Amino acid sequence: MEYMNPEELVSLLKKNLKESIIDSRIETNKAGIKQEKYHNVWVEVKKEKFKEAIETLASIHYPHIAIIAGNDTGESIDLTYLLSIYYGERFKEISVNIKVSLDRKNPSINSIIDLIPGAQTTEREIKEMLGVDFVGLPDMHNIFLPYDFPKNVFPFRKDQKDLDKLVQKES
Amino acid sequence: MSKSSYKVPIGPIHPSLEEPMTFNFEISGEKITSVDLAPGDNHRGIEFMGRNRNIVQIIYLAERICGICSASHPFAFCRAVENAAGITVPPRAEYIRVIISELERIHSHILWAGVAAHELGFDSVLYLSWKVREEVMDILEILTGNRVNYGMFMIGGVRRDITEEQIPRIKKTIEYYKEAYQKIEDVFLQDPSIALRTKNVGILTYEEALNLSAVGPTTRASGVKKDVRQDQPYSAYADMDVKAITPDMFNGRTKGDVYDRIVVRVLEVFQSVQIIEHCVNNLPEGDILSEKKIAKLLGTLKKAKGEGVGRHEAPRGEVIHYVKLNEAESPEVWKARAPTYNNLMPWVPMLREQEVADIPIVIASIDPCIGCMDRATLVDTKTYKKQVLTRDELRKLSIEKTRRLLQ
Repeated sequence: MEYMNPEELVSLLKKNLKESIIDSRIETNKAGIKQEKYHNVWVEVKKEKFKEAIETLASIHYPHIAIIAGNDTGESIDLTYLLSIYYGERFKEISVNIKVSLDRKNPSINSIIDLIPGAQTTEREIKEMLGVDFVGLPDMHNIFLPYDFPKNVFPFRKDQKDLDKLVQKES
Repeated sequence: MSKSSYKVPIGPIHPSLEEPMTFNFEISGEKITSVDLAPGDNHRGIEFMGRNRNIVQIIYLAERICGICSASHPFAFCRAVENAAGITVPPRAEYIRVIISELERIHSHILWAGVAAHELGFDSVLYLSWKVREEVMDILEILTGNRVNYGMFMIGGVRRDITEEQIPRIKKTIEYYKEAYQKIEDVFLQDPSIALRTKNVGILTYEEALNLSAVGPTTRASGVKKDVRQDQPYSAYADMDVKAITPDMFNGRTKGDVYDRIVVRVLEVFQSVQIIEHCVNNLPEGDILSEKKIAKLLGTLKKAKGEGVGRHEAPRGEVIHYVKLNEAESPEVWKARAPTYNNLMPWVPMLREQEVADIPIVIASIDPCIGCMDRATLVDTKTYKKQVLTRDELRKLSIEKTRRLLQ
């Protein structure tokens, strides 16, 4: 199997997505006495082309999704997809962290469960906690919040007040 | 749902255990036709609590995400912060971190083996394996002061050194496990009745493991060679040749069933012993912390800006922490992911078409943070009469199946 280096990976993404790549950087860390290197690729893409970025990754090697980290900045909702490719071989794995910024008033993004079915749990979590609408994700019951939790309350949004009123207290 | 099928919800789990969870089964006769997973009964909002704490306080919070992985979460969290703030860890600290983490793996895998034996109805094997586990608990207590929640990790190193006097004691533990290994292998892997109950049960194929992003022994038992210690070596693992263990290394067979998950864990116990031996023999000299004064460290972290990802191969699979620092006391974002999170979905293909009596062992086979099933309710769809099955009754079904097979 041929392995791309992180620079080639970034240039392939830039070639396929062109100006939709807002920002990209390669973080190289060293480990052990021999100071062996490992890489984290950080990419920020426009929401519209986000799925193409995942497709590009999938064309190289089947990506493993760890989790989506969500952040409500007050102006936008930022999602960081923590993915990796080339696992299974010593020192070859490259972590690819893809950031997407969503409009806070109406946050929505294409679901990737058709490409990576394992993303379902994390997409459902972000949907409940931050109110992001994943287009293509089937409408399922809450996974981490109670089934009867109010539909318009998103606990991980930073302006969400009065959360303690939702908690049932023992008398 | 056809008229002949039943709904069987199992759960919620006893609230004193981590991650209680409900399984809603649809049963036709003795076979499971579909399963719906409903975790979240004990969502503690730990990441939410982290918003009001400083980074050093979060280490102790991370340690309490899981009682068994209480070295793995702080390990991943510290690595995330170190990557974000550009802190280098002294080599001696890296080796001590790995020693503690591998001791934890031995303790976790043997604990799991005992629970699995208990679910199958071999309580003598449970006693034997937990007796073997006591040795590793003792050495953890000697090195850290605690059997769980070790409090060893700090940003930029570890809090306690391993002294010269402690090294012979660790070597004694290594010898103990080298001797005990053959016994563990005989009891779990050469035993015909364990093989009868676990071979071809709860199969997760290679494709399913890959598609569902499974992690840890669950994915390795299906043949996916995924192990952070091998794929992206970090800390002291970069100095050792750690290989992802797949069941074919033992007997040339990779089926992805419960038996294979036992094989992977048993072999990993021995691998951990070898890693600890290497670390103890090659322990570098030097400092154990990059910054000894906590107040100064907090000052540096308060000025730091950046994002970092910390990964560690915990006993159950990869633990991953994401931290975003933004020149503030608390991190702007802290996201922690435990391995069971990614191993939730693989339960669905594993449980499909299985028998009710196999539920305990298939559920236990991914080594979830939930070890015990509290109660199960059987609802007859015709009469809507509820029949409550206790955990003991469900386990009795499992034991009866073992006895039937042995007759």
